[in-house]
Amino acid sequence: MPDNTKKDKTSLPFFGIPKILPYIRGYRKEILVMIGTGFLASVIDVIIPLYQRYALNHFVAGRTLDTLPWFILIYVLSILVTAVGNYINGYLAQKMESSVNRDLRRLAFTHLQTLSFSYYNQNSVGYIHSRVMSDTSRIGILFSWSLVEGSWQMAYFAGAVAVMLAVNARLALLVLTVIPLIVILFSIFQSRLISLNRQVREINSRITGNFNEGITGARTIKTLAVEERIGRDFTDETANMRRTAVKAARFRGLFASTIGFASSLALAIVLWKGGMLAAEDVGTFSLFMSYATGMMEPVRWIIDCISDFITTQVNIERLTKLLETKSDVTDSDEVIRLYGDAFEPKKENWEEIRGDIEFKDVTFRYPDGEETVLEHFNLKIPFGSNIAVVGETGAGKSTLVNLICRFYEPTSGKVLIDGRDARERSQLWLHSALGYVLQTPHLFSGTVRENLLYGNPAATEEEIARALKTVSADEVVAGLEKGLDTDVGEDGSLLSTGEKQLISFARAVLADPKILVLDEATSSVDTMTEQKIQAALEEIIKGRTCIMVAHRLSTVRNADCILVVKDGKIVEQGKHEELLALNGYYRQLYTRQYEDEATAGVLG
Amino acid sequence: MEKKEKKKKNTKQNIRLLGRFLKGSRLLFAAAILSAIISALADMINPQIIRMAIDNVLGGAAPTQSPLALRLVEKAGGFRYLAEHLWIMALAIVIVAAVKAAAQYLFRVSDTKASETLVKTMRDTLFTHIERLPFSWHGKNRTGDIIQRCTSDIDTLKNFVSEQLTQVFRIVILLILSIIFMLRMDVTLSLIALIPMPLILIYSFIFSRQIEKGFEEADEAEGVLSAMVQENLTGVRVVRAFGRERREKDRFDAQNEAYTNLWFKLARVMARYWCSADVLASLQVMLVVIFGAVRCINEQMLAGEYVAFITYNGMLVWPVRMLGRMLAEMSKAGVSLDRIAYIMSAEEERPSEKSLTPPMDGDIVFDQVSFAYEDSPEMLHGISFRLPAGKTLGILGGTGSGKSTMMALLSKLYLLPEGGGRISIGGVDVKDIDTAYLRRNIGMVLQEPFLFSRTLKENIAIMRPEMSLEEVREVSRSACLDETVMDFAKGYDTFVGERGVTLSGGQKQRAAIARTLAQHAPIMIFDDSLSAVDTETDAKIRAALRSHFAGATVILISHRITTLSQADEVLVLEKGRVAERGTPDELKSAGGIYQQIYEIQTGQHAQEGGRYAG
Repeated sequence: MPDNTKKDKTSLPFFGIPKILPYIRGYRKEILVMIGTGFLASVIDVIIPLYQRYALNHFVAGRTLDTLPWFILIYVLSILVTAVGNYINGYLAQKMESSVNRDLRRLAFTHLQTLSFSYYNQNSVGYIHSRVMSDTSRIGILFSWSLVEGSWQMAYFAGAVAVMLAVNARLALLVLTVIPLIVILFSIFQSRLISLNRQVREINSRITGNFNEGITGARTIKTLAVEERIGRDFTDETANMRRTAVKAARFRGLFASTIGFASSLALAIVLWKGGMLAAEDVGTFSLFMSYATGMMEPVRWIIDCISDFITTQVNIERLTKLLETKSDVTDSDEVIRLYGDAFEPKKENWEEIRGDIEFKDVTFRYPDGEETVLEHFNLKIPFGSNIAVVGETGAGKSTLVNLICRFYEPTSGKVLIDGRDARERSQLWLHSALGYVLQTPHLFSGTVRENLLYGNPAATEEEIARALKTVSADEVVAGLEKGLDTDVGEDGSLLSTGEKQLISFARAVLADPKILVLDEATSSVDTMTEQKIQAALEEIIKGRTCIMVAHRLSTVRNADCILVVKDGKIVEQGKHEELLALNGYYRQLYTRQYEDEATAGVLG
Repeated sequence: MEKKEKKKKNTKQNIRLLGRFLKGSRLLFAAAILSAIISALADMINPQIIRMAIDNVLGGAAPTQSPLALRLVEKAGGFRYLAEHLWIMALAIVIVAAVKAAAQYLFRVSDTKASETLVKTMRDTLFTHIERLPFSWHGKNRTGDIIQRCTSDIDTLKNFVSEQLTQVFRIVILLILSIIFMLRMDVTLSLIALIPMPLILIYSFIFSRQIEKGFEEADEAEGVLSAMVQENLTGVRVVRAFGRERREKDRFDAQNEAYTNLWFKLARVMARYWCSADVLASLQVMLVVIFGAVRCINEQMLAGEYVAFITYNGMLVWPVRMLGRMLAEMSKAGVSLDRIAYIMSAEEERPSEKSLTPPMDGDIVFDQVSFAYEDSPEMLHGISFRLPAGKTLGILGGTGSGKSTMMALLSKLYLLPEGGGRISIGGVDVKDIDTAYLRRNIGMVLQEPFLFSRTLKENIAIMRPEMSLEEVREVSRSACLDETVMDFAKGYDTFVGERGVTLSGGQKQRAAIARTLAQHAPIMIFDDSLSAVDTETDAKIRAALRSHFAGATVILISHRITTLSQADEVLVLEKGRVAERGTPDELKSAGGIYQQIYEIQTGQHAQEGGRYAG
């Protein structure tokens, strides 16, 4: 909690607005038009009381309607001009808000596509998601509505003062004497109000967290019978919320009321010192009355605006932090020049990939970790060979895969692909030759076909059929209502895990990769499916370099080399028989797993 | 027809629910409305003072004001005196302004107090209600959805009551008062002013409805976009491994564009609405200005009246324009209330009829216990056993054999239905035991441990906050956690969870074990929780259990023979039935499931084991 508040308070200068400016450069014209129409609208708003003055002084006092047609014409004309101004103004502001939000979303999303996995490991999906979707949605308003409002309010204030001075300078100066009073009030209330608003927001987010905990931890809370305690803590927090919110309301109320009072004070001054004016010049008198009250609106607006800015500042901070996060894995400019980047590949320059992999004196430590996971590690994985990584859950089996796929880069040493440092070619070049099947299969919403084509959009119907057959997924697809055109639902939720896994297997096979990575690919499918995949495996890995991360040891016995991982480090290495003969950790793992599987088998 | 009926019933229920939430804030809301009325009255008086100043005091016209006003003028020294001492008039304005400022302040404070009390009541009621809902309800509802209802729907309701509803009240009060004051000054002009009003109101109402449709469309598109981002983030490995960043970007860009275009469309509609409503309102003002001038010229109205009239008209025309919009907005609150009512309508765990608190160190007896989850086939079929106090029972069974269900029934997470047999502790049916008391006396370590976002010490001592650090360390030592914690920079003050350190699965499990040990419960249940830690730690924890908690009745659910062999008796469950039962020694050679597993795990499974080990 303390960390959180601290994070909240690292404030950027000028509410972080300068950080966003580079991203809205393209909207200069719109901004100018918005400010311009804002001015225009306010000019008319300043003028309207003048019409009333005219009506009073000319029509009423002169007892004549001689200029009435002209009066109506000019009045209607002004209304129409304001209407057009307001239309352009409102339309542009809304458009601008949406556009800025859109641009920022796009920037954030695109940037995320280039960030390395260490970012994804350190931040939860929910956290990143709200950076892209909610933070961006609050920023646009600063450069649209706040701008329009601001230009209107400022121009109105200036206009009102100018007209008052022009009409009756002495009275105008008297009215203006309340301004210093307001400035003083403003400086007294401002910082206090802002900090209270911030507190309210913080408590609010804590309450949301409490709800989260009370709901996800329901079972634990029940078994511990601590409902009362947790409930009490919750009501303490909500009481705190009420107290702070009411305190904030007191300040805000006091501020708003005094500002309102000040405007009446101005009115009283008008009456007191300008009263005699009323006898001969009712029009001017009513004009001053309008301005005396209207003038205070901009002042109230400023305080609201500042607290909005401060709320948004947090969004800006979070978003710019994301945009400024550098990827741990980047292609050098030279590589990009030759091979292209993640979005614009230059495939004509790409060498055919063979599939030789070599670790050369690799030392590796995760960017967010303290422990060195690999030390001066050497391993050759020639094309067509099949290596396995085994170990307990959480032992760090994925490290090798992460390095081979260049999801991470070695701290020192090199990973060679076809004899050349992986960093000499672009990430996309390597990834295009990669097939990857994960423990938890991930499908994208869309049809089965769309998912299969994910790795190879150009595949023909025949190729699809062949790939499905290879992994025995053809039966699954045949069993689906609309076959290949069946919708898989969000995250494939309309299919069973086993079905999803088979489809993701077929997807990898269809991509016809030179390097195939199976990351605990069969641990979430049922025994029947697993047997099917096992049977197909030999066929699948033919003609590819295959790296298999496995939890179940029975699946890796035929591997050319087995790497045994414990506590993040490779402790044993060799063929199955060699490792058993070692009578070490592998053998221990193997027996225990055999026991577990047999136990599960007996229990059904 | 039926649907309509149901809807009506729902509305009634919702109103009752809102009434319940409003308990404790009604008076405050009344105070807020009262202050709003006072402040509106003050708004009405100022133009009257100005009018009097212009017409009577300075203009010297014959007074037409109410007797009350005239008496006040007499008191102040008469119109003539006032004309020479204008500051008195100014003072009157200042006094009215002070009243208004006070009323406004009171409104702001009482309105906030009222709405914050309302929110607090809503949140507290919901939270305690949710905590009291039976576990089966939690199983059926998605966490994210419930949280959504508890947060944004509450906010919507709060805004509805504290802003929209009071705003509408204020506007209506202001409307009524200005109409009254206008009518009293000049009926004809008032009618002219009022004629366009319904038009403006209806127009803005209709338009708001139209915009709403656009909002729905945009919301939907945003939902699609949001789901797309979610999918991209969860599938980031697949995206990278297949090198499809470009496709993701293109898809996102297209949807992002589509969503933004919907807003562009909306922008046009909204801008049209704003500016046409503005034109209508401005034309109305112009109408009043011109006709007022005409009536002044015809000597049907005085200049001061005219000025006051225009001021009142200003108070009338702008709020009306907002009213339509507000009414349309308010319909959203109904949906939120429905969503909250859904949670509130779920039935809470019923308290035990008798709420007995018998000693819990008695024998645990399951007598012909059968149970089925809602809409599912029977899970447990007539389970019977007796676990003598202070003894240890081991339970072995595959997934779906009903082990965890048995434990849930024991601690009344699910209630045993009538005719489903009987579970008793020390001879007392658990049905009759006070639920909280029962659970407090059963220490249960779940398969998937849940820690609260507090410090480690607070987590371990959650049931007995008065525990000293030494006591906390003591139980942590028994759970093999102490060493790990002492390695943390902040030790037991380390904050756990989202805003603190992320513990590994094993560390969490051990913390949960420590928490259960700290409970000092006479009954302890380890639901497969020891198998998550490695064999060595498992053995250490069990040894500590034996030495420190010797008197406790223990249930160990496990697959490990080494763990089970510590039990005084072992039950082997198969598909909801007791398949085998006996001491570990007896079962070892009983020729059943236990023996098979025993042999597998001790390496005596001659042929099979030999081949694998080969």
